[in-house]
Amino acid sequence: MMKFLRAILLAVATSLATLPVQAALTIEISQGVEGAVPIAVVPFGWGAAQALPHDVSAIIGADLQRSGRFAPLPTQDMLSQPTDAAQVNYRDWRVLGVDNLVIGKVEATGPDSYNIRFQLLDVLRGRQVVGMNVSATGAQLRRAAHHIADQIYEALTGERGAFNTRIAYVTATGSGKSKLYEMQVADSDGYGPLSIVRSKQPLMSPTWSPDAQRIAYVSFEKRRAEIYVQDMRTGNRTMAAAFSGINGAPSWSPDGTRLALTLSRDGNPEIYVMRLSDNSLTRITQSPAIDTEPVWSPDGRSLVFTSDRAGGPQLYQVPASGGQAQRLTFEGSYNAGADFSPDGQRLALVHRDAGGRYRIAVYELATRRLQVISDGRFDESPSFAPNGRMLLYASQAANRGVLAGTSVDGRVGQTLKFQQGDVREPAWSPYLPR
Amino acid sequence: MRATWKSLMVAGAVALATGCSSMGSKTGGDAAIEDRGIGGTQDEMTQGIGIGSGSFEGMSIDDPNSPLAQRVIYFEFDSSEVRSADRDVLNNHARYLAANPQATIVLEGHGDERGSREYNIGLGERRAQSVRQILELQGVGSQQLSTVSYGEEKPAVEGHDESAWAQNRRVELIYPGQ
Repeated sequence: MMKFLRAILLAVATSLATLPVQAALTIEISQGVEGAVPIAVVPFGWGAAQALPHDVSAIIGADLQRSGRFAPLPTQDMLSQPTDAAQVNYRDWRVLGVDNLVIGKVEATGPDSYNIRFQLLDVLRGRQVVGMNVSATGAQLRRAAHHIADQIYEALTGERGAFNTRIAYVTATGSGKSKLYEMQVADSDGYGPLSIVRSKQPLMSPTWSPDAQRIAYVSFEKRRAEIYVQDMRTGNRTMAAAFSGINGAPSWSPDGTRLALTLSRDGNPEIYVMRLSDNSLTRITQSPAIDTEPVWSPDGRSLVFTSDRAGGPQLYQVPASGGQAQRLTFEGSYNAGADFSPDGQRLALVHRDAGGRYRIAVYELATRRLQVISDGRFDESPSFAPNGRMLLYASQAANRGVLAGTSVDGRVGQTLKFQQGDVREPAWSPYLPR
Repeated sequence: MRATWKSLMVAGAVALATGCSSMGSKTGGDAAIEDRGIGGTQDEMTQGIGIGSGSFEGMSIDDPNSPLAQRVIYFEFDSSEVRSADRDVLNNHARYLAANPQATIVLEGHGDERGSREYNIGLGERRAQSVRQILELQGVGSQQLSTVSYGEEKPAVEGHDESAWAQNRRVELIYPGQ
């Protein structure tokens, strides 16, 4: 009887429904990034009296600003607000020092359908660079705006944009017995958080499958660490690892078939690779040290992980099938928590400096050079955007856990705060399937 | 080198456990006779418990005045070594558990908030294992012990200074139902 009641209490305590979250993430965009390219995103034309569900041009401008590469002109400084190339007076923009102009208009094409027409114009040459029509329902307007921002970003930088992506993260509110943990997924600008797991016990370490359809994570809902794999569409989940001891630090392989993870079932934390089809395990490390936090290289051939086999935590690289591990980091007494860049050339990690501050650093594999890019004091959990140009990480502001976004060279783009309590452990999604 | 040391400790624990179980086969009455031999009547033995000596038979783990009421061991930064002052605390729990083979205990390892979360899970486990080894060496059966690490995920004190961190680097000894 008690077991049955406990099972019901557990089910209630850990709810899995994908629920919209009332308390949203708020974003503060930092000001005045040096070297950012001036751009003007003119408010898009919209004929009807009733406001659009979302301000498409404002979303585009915010995306471009957040990348750290662009400095959008404030609307009040605009001398005119054209919505079509024929209306543009290029001198109005040259006098403001704006090289790139984004204009557009939105039209309703049905009860819940819209067509967004946008044009990216080169002010100096006086001609169109990109022009496109994008159709969307009301619910898709934000995604359409992010898609347009990606097109503009790619046209002007030559790199793929990462605005039309999502982020997973963990929130913690309350304290003591009333503490509540949640894993949420939002758009990469923090909009529209959905709760995918809620629990009175800790949740950790979200990792996305390469097709962005599933998330694996660690849950302590049974008063010990277990790894679950949850389907993003249905909310259904399966247990991937519940061995005795630690089950932690899952990392999805680039081909989607395996999880690297940490198990201490054999006495101390070691790296294993688990094949998801049959839960078979391959042991990768064998040392009395703590070996944990594995991440896959994008080519699937190796794993980078944290080990304190040399006394303190450092990063090591090992073939994904097992073998000799090579030490990567030699600067400083603490290097841990790595994430691989999508091009496989660098790692973002947590580095403790000589003053004891925990800061995000970027390590170039080819040169072995380590560059610190955040200030600390307690920065952790770096996660690359799928275009490798931006990073999200966990930080602290005014004694609360917040997320910080930055371009890879360290210019600050944004801070994301949860309305109450702490937010941490960001995981940037892969590119979303079209 | 570390692996060899660990297996020596395990061997030592097994040897001690064997020794304890042969002692444990004696009845409570025999133990009382032994204590009388040290020089006390039953009443004196009860007083002996109050100052931390003597057996724990009949001692309730619910008693807030008993030595078993201390359930948290603290650790230095970056260390999983049990401090000598805390060994007495652990010895009390070990004697209770060795005398009550049906009793079980969960050792919860924790760390402070600094640094990488999953590495901190490893540190918390190391601390819990440290306590576990001491208890096993004192004759507690391994089936009575289970460990879990929460790393930095369940702080005792929400704070971002040395005082909070010191209170969060801990192992909690948890008797089920308490």
